[in-house]
Amino acid sequence: MIENIDLSLVDWSRAQFALTAIYHWLFVPLTLGLSFILVIMETKYIRTGSEKWKKTTKFWMKLFGINFAIGVSTGLILEFEFGTNWSNYSWFVGDIFGAPLAVEGILAFFMESTFIAVMFFGWDKVSKRFHIASTWLVAIGANLSALWILVANAWMENPVGMIFNPETARNEMMNFWEVLFNPVAVDKFFHTITSGFVLASLFVTGISAWFLIRNREKEMALNSIKVAAIFGSFATVVLIFTGDTSARTIAKVQPVKFAAMEALYEGQTNAGLNVFGILADKDDSDDLDEKDIIARIEIPGFLSVMTHGDRDSFVAGIKDLVYGSEEKGIMSASEKIERGKIARQLLLDYKEARTRDESEEVDILKARFEDNDFQDEYFRYFGYSYINKPADIVPNVPLVFYSFHLMVALGFLFLLMQLLAWYFSVDGTIVKRKVFHWILLISIPLPYLASVLGWLVTEMGRQPWIIQDLMPVGIAVSNLSTSTVQTTFWLFAALFTALLIAEVSIMTRQIKNGPKIEEE
Amino acid sequence: MGFILKSFNNIFQFYGNGFKTMPAWGRKVWLVILIKLFIMFAVLRIFFFPDLLKKNFDSDEERGMHVLDELIIKTDTDD
Repeated sequence: MIENIDLSLVDWSRAQFALTAIYHWLFVPLTLGLSFILVIMETKYIRTGSEKWKKTTKFWMKLFGINFAIGVSTGLILEFEFGTNWSNYSWFVGDIFGAPLAVEGILAFFMESTFIAVMFFGWDKVSKRFHIASTWLVAIGANLSALWILVANAWMENPVGMIFNPETARNEMMNFWEVLFNPVAVDKFFHTITSGFVLASLFVTGISAWFLIRNREKEMALNSIKVAAIFGSFATVVLIFTGDTSARTIAKVQPVKFAAMEALYEGQTNAGLNVFGILADKDDSDDLDEKDIIARIEIPGFLSVMTHGDRDSFVAGIKDLVYGSEEKGIMSASEKIERGKIARQLLLDYKEARTRDESEEVDILKARFEDNDFQDEYFRYFGYSYINKPADIVPNVPLVFYSFHLMVALGFLFLLMQLLAWYFSVDGTIVKRKVFHWILLISIPLPYLASVLGWLVTEMGRQPWIIQDLMPVGIAVSNLSTSTVQTTFWLFAALFTALLIAEVSIMTRQIKNGPKIEEE
Repeated sequence: MGFILKSFNNIFQFYGNGFKTMPAWGRKVWLVILIKLFIMFAVLRIFFFPDLLKKNFDSDEERGMHVLDELIIKTDTDD
């Protein structure tokens, strides 16, 4: 019973944010991918002049429109939460979030909203070239909108391009390009949008398979499967490739998260990659709550190769990162805690000098915050000053481990499904493959699951941080009553569930109607 | 000037005709959008999600001092 669970303010705030972010993310990826599938279909229509392709494009455009309309602006709720539930964090991140989100707002509003109208209202009213240009711009606009929020999210993983100003208690952007081309942001952007492409292609193949099962709209279904399978196959290859580069970047900037993804406690050279494994509590576990992998499928040496390109390279484990290793040049969490405390003490000194109105002292202390050595050696560990014991920097290992491996397994399953759909389309046997139709149909929820698992790895793997090494989640939260957050949690649960039901019911009705009934 | 007015008129008519000839599913979707936006901005934003720092402090300087205090004195409650 939920009322019996003693969740703190921080946990309820996190639960609320997770709920709204997950629901928001149920709508977004289909928009990202389906927009490009529409571009391909409309291009086929323009090249062939065939009304069948026009009908096919309009059918999928209708489903795109429903999803876009229901999902649009649900992300704004997350911004409401920043201001109310996460006010300290919101202030602390300063213009790092403000600038990208402002660009997102402008792009989302002007590009998507303007050209989406041409997409829907412009058939037979504008030239074919202008119409497809609008479809292109909607697709590019949707994906570029995603870029900016992902840049902001990547900054939380790897805060770069800014300097902390103690006078305003905010981080100020020093280098926009460093923020934009943050390696985490680049990987994250391509990995995320390609996950949307894969989700959309599996959505199209799944719905098309339903038409084949019902023996309806055969030509449209076959054409759609072919387009989606080819698009999806390429997208899945890029998805896997960007997943690999993402993991390599994580190993550099968030090594604890990386070690948790592999449940690697002891650092190793020639480290093996877990294809899958089952975790169990270790008998003689210390305060790290260490887990053993009791059953695993492993590729020997492959983790070292994938991480550093060399089988003999060392991959740090959780224990190395918590307790440090002089031999490997890894600083312990205790040392980072001490450095963080020095940075916080300096902030206290600054504040007291300011309160006493000692302008000379204020200037001296402020100058220290602007000093690169202080930034690199002390302030970068500022968040550690709130950590009580070194083991607290370790996220929930089983959650991160299972989420990561299930996501990866699903990614490879998607590649197999798309390649088979492509092959069966080309050899002309797809119509007869009834079992495969059912597999495609019941697989529609799987990419949604994989997508959410990916975000769980990102967000839960970063714990205890809201901003890596700079701010733990507990410090970011506003001083609200827990009951207020509980109330809004349930309000959001109701609102989003209603929206999801509305989307599914309107969409299901339109799918059942098929492409023939245009005006109903 | 005449060209600009004509362009505005054309755009207005384009949108107007689009909405007039919108199929039933489109009208349903617009209804969902309007209800959603009403709940978000007229209910949630006003009654449940004030911008706390804007509401509780008059200037950016006060907001900065408040967050500075929070950063200095707060301890992690997430234990």
